[in-house]
Amino acid sequence: MGAVRKFFSFWYDFVVGDDWMLAVGVVVAVLVTWALAATFSAAWLVMPLAVVVLLAISIGRAQRAAPDPFDGADHGS
Amino acid sequence: MHLVLLVLATFAASAVEMVEALTIVLAVGVTRGWRDVAAGVGAALLCLAFVVAALGPALTHLPIDALRLVIGSLLLIFGLQWLRKAILRAGGLKALHDEDAIYQAELAELRAAGNDRGPLDWYGFTVAFKGVFLEGLEVAFIVVTFGAAQGHLGLAALGAAAALVVVLAVGLVVHRPLSRVPENTLKFGVGVMLTSFGIFWTTEGAGAAWPGNDAFILVVLAFILSVAGLFVVALRRNVRLLPVGPAT
Repeated sequence: MGAVRKFFSFWYDFVVGDDWMLAVGVVVAVLVTWALAATFSAAWLVMPLAVVVLLAISIGRAQRAAPDPFDGADHGS
Repeated sequence: MHLVLLVLATFAASAVEMVEALTIVLAVGVTRGWRDVAAGVGAALLCLAFVVAALGPALTHLPIDALRLVIGSLLLIFGLQWLRKAILRAGGLKALHDEDAIYQAELAELRAAGNDRGPLDWYGFTVAFKGVFLEGLEVAFIVVTFGAAQGHLGLAALGAAAALVVVLAVGLVVHRPLSRVPENTLKFGVGVMLTSFGIFWTTEGAGAAWPGNDAFILVVLAFILSVAGLFVVALRRNVRLLPVGPAT
């Protein structure tokens, strides 16, 4: 059981990594591109824009989880 | 141009993994002896050859669009993870990946484990095997996915082989941890490339057409590089990317 768990854990870490939201977001963006491809000539815009949004959310979440560098400082108010 | 980028991307991505493997191998070799390291590295390379031989032909027989979709998605997820970490490091939110510190930690760990010499030092063998196999598996993944999706497995392998030669040569010359290689810069570039190729292939695989076809990869690369650079600048200036709320 431990070996099976380790096996799946390795592949999860290898493919998905630290933020599962990125993986889910990519799959959703691919599905949207696929749905639009037949009728919308600018469907190629979906993936680059999705990547920008996904990175902003993922990095923003990491930023929010990090200690605030101004905590405890005099904000001059 | 597209093929040159393919070789460069494979070269850079493979070099990152090989630098990590070399760090482990050097640490084990210095403390446990090169015989055991050679055995571990040799066994790992044999396993890798088997994996590549098993995956390569199977992948190249798949329909190209389905291949681009699946591989592009995996590559994009993989690349986004690299890029995210590299941006966080460059922006000061995550400690830099210090190969020298890793090397010193490996040395301390190996010395603490003792240095019993038997017919074969399994500790040294296993550590070397694990390091080379895991990092090598990532190289194999990169080579097979890059090469198979573009129908140029040989060129992708050439990029990885060139990286192997360069990293080995560097390792032999400096014969010490490769902390002088700006690893995060390399990872940043690799993240940009993996993400750009991933975007390009998933879009094609999903049935959408790029303006200008293959040449548009350069525009995608420039776009992702610019966006990643802007994120680094934003982090360094402490610009909040999301509204203040509960940490996740």
